[in-house]
Amino acid sequence: MPEGKQGSPTAMNRTAVERKSDRELIVTRAFNAPAHIVFEAWSKPELFKRWWVPKSLGMSMLSCDMDVRTGGVYRFVFRHPAFEQPMAFFGTYREVTPHKRLVWTNEESDQGAVTTVTFEENAGKTLVTLHELYPTTAALDEALAGSAEGLPEQFAQLDELLAGRS
Amino acid sequence: MVQYNETRLDASFAALSDATRRGVLEQLSRADASITDLAGKFHMTLTGMKKHVGVLERAALVTTEKAGRVRTCRLGMGALEEEAAWIERHRQLWSARFDALDKIVEHLKSKEKADARRKTR
Repeated sequence: MPEGKQGSPTAMNRTAVERKSDRELIVTRAFNAPAHIVFEAWSKPELFKRWWVPKSLGMSMLSCDMDVRTGGVYRFVFRHPAFEQPMAFFGTYREVTPHKRLVWTNEESDQGAVTTVTFEENAGKTLVTLHELYPTTAALDEALAGSAEGLPEQFAQLDELLAGRS
Repeated sequence: MVQYNETRLDASFAALSDATRRGVLEQLSRADASITDLAGKFHMTLTGMKKHVGVLERAALVTTEKAGRVRTCRLGMGALEEEAAWIERHRQLWSARFDALDKIVEHLKSKEKADARRKTR
């Protein structure tokens, strides 16, 4: 991360993951910018595709279609060198409240989570809380284990990559 | 990063493939319990529950301790370590993503400041 950046204490850069219940995962992170800016990076495809698949993961985003409004759909296509065919992620935006809240479904499988992201601004900083609600305990266990069927292949691969880097 | 043994992970997945055993782990994550308690909660015979606990014990997901006539079960280190390892891998994914997002947010913020300065000029 950018080091020695003024006004961003180390706690800002800390990503926390917590298993809230047997079907819920929560990821939190504070950003040193107002909510409208952070929200922009989540809702404009040309910005979103620059961070959702960080280069360090070895994957590339072939296409990024996002119709960010309530009822709109998204479709992301990724390529990973380990797989011949590109892979698609898709779903629907259930709720879009600018600068405050995004809710979308993950429809690649019937075990996909519903993801809710909230943006809370306080004194020019924004706390992002990403909440994933899985349909079953097993679906969450599988997502965490990163190995089971029902989980999109590339995330399993992603997990391996991450484990290998540590 | 926590290293974990693949053989033990296999044993864990085998142990976790059963709904009753997953239920037992969930129960033990709230509070320790005796085999008798667990058998009652899951409407099973003592012998049946002993078998399930045995499978969980071999996978290091549960430890048991006998005091007098009561065998108390609690979550084993295996369960705690694996959960921690999984959560940590998930955290690394999000951390990498959010580090990249952080850079974009910083860039947008300085751009907005520069635009605002230009306007007030």
